[in-house]
Amino acid sequence: MIRIENLHKAFGAQRVLQGVTLEVLSGEIMIVIGRSGGGKSVFLKHLLGLLQPDAGGIWVDGVDITSLRGRAMDRVRERYGVVFQGGALFDSMSVFDNVAFPLREKTDLSAEEIAARAEEKLTQVGLGGMGHKNPAEISGGMRKRVAIARALVTEPEIVFFDEPTTGLDPVLVNAIHHLILDLHRKFRFTAIMVSHEIPEIFGIAHRVAMLHEGVIVETGEPQAIQRSANPVVQQFIRGEIEGPIHAT
Amino acid sequence: MNREPVETLLRPVESLGRVSLDTLGSLGRFGRFLGEAVGWAFVPPFKVGNFLERVHFIGFRSLSVIILTGAFTGMVLGLQVFLTLSRFGSEAFLGPAVALSLIRELGPVLSALMVTGRAGSALTAEIGIMRITEQIDALTVMALNPMRYLIVPVIVAGVITFPLMTALFDVVGIFGGYLVGVRLLGLSEGTYFGEMQTFVDMADIWTGFWKSLSFGVIVTWVCAYKGYYSGHGAEGVSRATTHAVVLSSVLILVWDYFLGSVLP
Ligand SMILES: Nc1ncnc2c1ncn2[C@@H]1O[C@H](COP(=O)(O)OP(=O)(O)OP(=O)(O)O)[C@@H](O)[C@H]1O
Ligand SMILES: [Mg+2]
Repeated sequence: MIRIENLHKAFGAQRVLQGVTLEVLSGEIMIVIGRSGGGKSVFLKHLLGLLQPDAGGIWVDGVDITSLRGRAMDRVRERYGVVFQGGALFDSMSVFDNVAFPLREKTDLSAEEIAARAEEKLTQVGLGGMGHKNPAEISGGMRKRVAIARALVTEPEIVFFDEPTTGLDPVLVNAIHHLILDLHRKFRFTAIMVSHEIPEIFGIAHRVAMLHEGVIVETGEPQAIQRSANPVVQQFIRGEIEGPIHAT
Repeated sequence: MNREPVETLLRPVESLGRVSLDTLGSLGRFGRFLGEAVGWAFVPPFKVGNFLERVHFIGFRSLSVIILTGAFTGMVLGLQVFLTLSRFGSEAFLGPAVALSLIRELGPVLSALMVTGRAGSALTAEIGIMRITEQIDALTVMALNPMRYLIVPVIVAGVITFPLMTALFDVVGIFGGYLVGVRLLGLSEGTYFGEMQTFVDMADIWTGFWKSLSFGVIVTWVCAYKGYYSGHGAEGVSRATTHAVVLSSVLILVWDYFLGSVLP
């Protein structure tokens, strides 16, 4: 279980997180929604130990990771898989090597076993046989899928997705969502996903949380969120221009 | 009480304080960066593949630049020193004069400056792009230490390639001086090389070696650091690249003077 309590973070005068509190249960798919620039990526980076909060704590299975450094933090990260918003593929390596890289570095598997697993993951994201390409030669949507394959190839316990489907065509969005559900059924990982895909996310999330103006304004199961009485949530999921959220 | 005049007076003091703290802070970070890299350089597993790639990138791909600049430096030296020496009737010392200036000064300094321009800037840009596209974060969250994967191979490659590049620069330069002094201006070959052996000591070679080795550390350290902490966006990377080249070049010259005054 991941528990985030009263997380604060400011960059200079800009207060991005102002007391985020959230609990993510083991094995659950939690989807975080919220406006662009609202601090969702910043929030995820705290969970990854890439940013340190100004105040507040993050407990992963009872361990406060905000006080962990070096090897101790790495032991937590060894349970993680991460899909960065921009993919973050290593552009000095081919697509195949990107996916094989975590296995080569973190496991004792044989070269054949690694090749088989990497190719299997690439096939699952619909990129079988594309391994020889360079990240620079493939489309944005393909890069996202390679990033997903790379994050899942080690079969992590906790997976973070930062907008895994933004910029993909609708067919691919559904395909990726199904893939995530499939793999989730198989491996039962905990997923924390940032996404703008409304309404599709209501079909795959166990729970949805909305981050707005630095706090989680509502958490609940998809139906509850869709029926929410909170005008901020209602305006956001309907994408209306009029309401408490100002389009700027 | 009206506090405004006091605050107005204190504002410059305050900003001076902030600037000095910022400067001290980044100096500390700069030093710690090298310290950490040196520390990780001795902890296995060693990333031999990454290291060889960097040797190729910093060393092998700079070969043509080094040979070209080495040859012309030697030829210019041959010509100018010959003209100067012939005024005193001591052209016979052309060989040692060319060799000593190359081995003690020009070889280490010019090859370091050339490699900074050729490989250092590219290194900063490459690491800076890895920073802004979150590839460094990706390494970190895979529980792989970016210092070990990215920075250590660069600095070790610098330590090993710079002395080799400098040696090549010296040899090519001495040959360039030979072409001009012996082939063009008619000095005897025996005089050119013979006097060189008499006057060039092992101490001179060691001076050149220590210089080139420390330049290797300076250039890779500065360029890797600037890329690693480059600011946001393409602009951040381009600024980091400029800073890296300017700072490396200045430090090369300052450190050259310093070493020149402490080494024999
Ligand atoms: N390292 C940083 N330094 C300074 N400001 C930052 C930094 N990282 C993020 N910010 C700022 O924090 C705010 C939140 O950014 P964040 O990337 O978390 O938004 P987001 O919710 O992920 O948006 P999107 O949906 O567009 O990805 C932005 O205004 C951004 O400028
Ligand atoms: Mg984001």
